[in-house]
Amino acid sequence: MKHIVFLALALLAVLPAHAQKAPSSTLTVEQVWARATPGGAKTGAVYLTVVNGTGSDDKIVAVSTPAAREAQLHTMIDDNGVMKMRELKSIDVKAGATVTLKPGGMHVMLIGLAKQLKPGDSFPLTLEFEKGGKKELTVAVTKAGAMGMGNMGGMGNTPGMGNMDNMPGHDMGSMGGHGMGGKQN
Amino acid sequence: MTRRSRVLFAFGAVLLILGAVGAGLYVQSWLEPSALGGRVSLGGPFTLTRAGGVTVTESTYRGKWLLVYFGYTYCPDACPTALNAIAEAMVKLGPAAANVQPLFITVDPARDTPAVVGEYVKAFDPRIVGLTGTEGQIAAVAKEYQVYYKRRDTDGGPYLMDHTSLIYVVDPAGKLVRFFGGSSSGERIAQHLLELMNQTS
Repeated sequence: MKHIVFLALALLAVLPAHAQKAPSSTLTVEQVWARATPGGAKTGAVYLTVVNGTGSDDKIVAVSTPAAREAQLHTMIDDNGVMKMRELKSIDVKAGATVTLKPGGMHVMLIGLAKQLKPGDSFPLTLEFEKGGKKELTVAVTKAGAMGMGNMGGMGNTPGMGNMDNMPGHDMGSMGGHGMGGKQN
Repeated sequence: MTRRSRVLFAFGAVLLILGAVGAGLYVQSWLEPSALGGRVSLGGPFTLTRAGGVTVTESTYRGKWLLVYFGYTYCPDACPTALNAIAEAMVKLGPAAANVQPLFITVDPARDTPAVVGEYVKAFDPRIVGLTGTEGQIAAVAKEYQVYYKRRDTDGGPYLMDHTSLIYVVDPAGKLVRFFGGSSSGERIAQHLLELMNQTS
């Protein structure tokens, strides 16, 4: 019995914070942001977090915004240091799951920007879910290379990227024949 | 199976594996002569153009530490991430940044003219120099850094580029000494760069 209690406590401890909150029964989208775009840039990216508090699996099936000629769901594949961006037809958001679109991973790609995105600007974005229907959102624009909504305007920390910051520097001597060379064409 | 034949069998299996690994290494070294010997010689000569039509070669910034990143301006995610890390590193370096020249080299010269690439990098840090060139010049510099890039057409939209997303450190003598993942933090890059600078001064 003691063990079971301990196990239960341990389980609770590893559960993400949001799972401990009173379960909401809604599908919500939060932390909707985009980076300011450099002058002349034709593309941009929107990042956001979807919390599926409903009891059923859902998926993002479409996205649109008046800020760009076209908006697409994209993911980044890191193939041994080669970044490959690919369009996704949909993004799964399982029942109870939180899915975050963030730099270096999934994002909404804006193609053919109507105008340059400047820090402090905001623009509307519509996200369409298979079951949850359409969500009308407002995208907040942060500085050009921001890594999250938290550091608007400031240099410094990169929230949400902690695991990727741990990537060690690499001595050129350790590269050997690994990874980079073979794909030249 | 007797004990002896079992030993022989195991020995044979080990030989087979060693042979397969050896053959694999041989084929790999044959495909990648520059990677032979484990130490790679990268970062050789190049000729490129910066904003204003100014020609830049490998000797233009000799004597400075270089932070080199290859990307393209239609890139909405990986390139802003890496350029932000470089900009952040320049801030963290403090006065030592005076000895560092960050370079952004496009792998998409068809769309990234000197003016476009120059305007693009300014958004991150005015000290970053954006470089482009002819298709041949870009292919040559990419080869020097073993950077892979490939055009990928999309339905209706503009084409994308698959590309190596690494940040390279070149020492003042022009030798490529280190690289970082494109999503490394600026703080890490600055810290390593300061260590390298202290080792050589």
